[in-house]
Amino acid sequence: MPLAPAVLRNLSPRAVGRLWWLGLLLACVPLARVMVLGFTDDLGANPLEFITHSTGRWALYLFCLTLAVTPLRKLTGMNWLVRLRRMLGLMAFLYLCLHFTTFVWFDHFFDLDAIWKDILRRPFITVGVIALLLSIPLAVTSTNGMVRRLGGKRWQLLHRLIYVIVPLGVLHYWWDKAGKNLIAQPLLFAVIVAVLLGLRLVWRQGKKAAAVRQGTAARRS
Amino acid sequence: MLIQIRPDQTDIPTASEITPREVYLSRRGFMRQVAAGAALAGGWGAMSPAMAQQGRKLPATLNNAYAVMEKQTAYKDATTYNNFYEFGTDKSDPARNAGSLRPDPWQVSIEGEVKKPFVLDLDGLMKLAPLEERVYRLRCVEGWSMVIPWIGYSLSALIRKAEPTGNARYVEFVTLADKKQMPGLSDPILDWPYREGLRMDEANHPLALLTFGMYGEVLPNQNGAPVRIVLPWKYGFKSAKSIVAIRFVKEQPRTAWNMYAPNEYGFYSNVNPGVDHPRWSQATERRIGEDGFFKPKRKTLMFNGYNDVARLYAGMDLRKFY
Repeated sequence: MPLAPAVLRNLSPRAVGRLWWLGLLLACVPLARVMVLGFTDDLGANPLEFITHSTGRWALYLFCLTLAVTPLRKLTGMNWLVRLRRMLGLMAFLYLCLHFTTFVWFDHFFDLDAIWKDILRRPFITVGVIALLLSIPLAVTSTNGMVRRLGGKRWQLLHRLIYVIVPLGVLHYWWDKAGKNLIAQPLLFAVIVAVLLGLRLVWRQGKKAAAVRQGTAARRS
Repeated sequence: MLIQIRPDQTDIPTASEITPREVYLSRRGFMRQVAAGAALAGGWGAMSPAMAQQGRKLPATLNNAYAVMEKQTAYKDATTYNNFYEFGTDKSDPARNAGSLRPDPWQVSIEGEVKKPFVLDLDGLMKLAPLEERVYRLRCVEGWSMVIPWIGYSLSALIRKAEPTGNARYVEFVTLADKKQMPGLSDPILDWPYREGLRMDEANHPLALLTFGMYGEVLPNQNGAPVRIVLPWKYGFKSAKSIVAIRFVKEQPRTAWNMYAPNEYGFYSNVNPGVDHPRWSQATERRIGEDGFFKPKRKTLMFNGYNDVARLYAGMDLRKFY
């Protein structure tokens, strides 16, 4: 049973288009905020740390939103949500790239040797970089043309990488904060992601069970 | 570039860099007047002692032997970017929340392996030795640093007065843990009260500063009012804030961060560019207010540049005793 009222389920393409733009605008707000605060010298005592944390957090928030699209769609019946997904995913990727840029620039000032050593030696950075690498093919194949070229099935298979990318992101966040015993926030995101992925598993099992039931019913008749 | 360069980010310190404090003082004076007005209007009759305490000037003589000639960190940065988990875990939390701390009246108990334990109030403690101003580098374990003018005297003066017995091999600093004054204590992040410690010879090193003030005034609450320790050759977390007891003990004391994660925060925690933190390198640091977008971070110095302490660790493997 879809939870959303019919009005919300059956939005006109125009309304969805407007929501798309609104979503894009909102997703740009954190970046705009950092820029404005930067211009007015209001990023606090450690501006570079501020930018690093802000871009990292927003990458995670937006990745969680993309992961939430399918469960929300199924629960509410608001199928148009899927039209926002690519935009949300690409914005998440943008913040992820900015986050990595702060690491390369602010932390190591483009010292490739030091960057490489850090990636190899420090597990929390390793998993962060793996998440970034895995998300590159998703960004590259996000266009309609690439969906056609790959074919729907293969494209979908590739994009299941998101089920690995987001948990790696949470792990990266967790390991970074655990050293100072600040796990409340990472724990919250671990729970959110677990629920979003767990729902998929439950639905998958349900589907399988339904298929099996249908199969036995067919044999009986 | 997106970010403006601050006018104060030039290399040569000028006299004007010292004055912003006056701006703050006058602002605070204004706030005090407003508060006093509100107090009268509300019929309280008087300001709270804590309010009268904040921002009070603390006269001291500059000790040039212990003053680094580097540009001092802006008062605003040093008082709004703090790790003081008793007031919240965000760097900006202590400045926001530490108003509830009551640094006056205050007592410090000198106890443990001493000839005769005693309790001193703040005035008594401050009068044990002449107050000096010292400009120290501060290197946080997180990889950032500041340069701060502190006011206090060498801890060794207090140790002399305490007359520790032959059994005293370590000094333990116990800090305030009062839920009424410290909202952060409801979070079991650390095993409160926050505790720190030193080996006796470390505690007796003249650099170890029993500290009552900074930037010419009494310690702001968020910086550890009314009395803290400052150990410039060690990572910042060793410098316990808002101390209520100084205990002389036989065994190496258990210290707050070390208890939580012994592999990340050692008992010694001397600044050491050669020994990495598990999650980041300690070879470089970012000087707050200076190191920005266009320069690599600066190199961290062994013992934070205080090489005189090296003799305390002669023969010790500092990779093992990090």
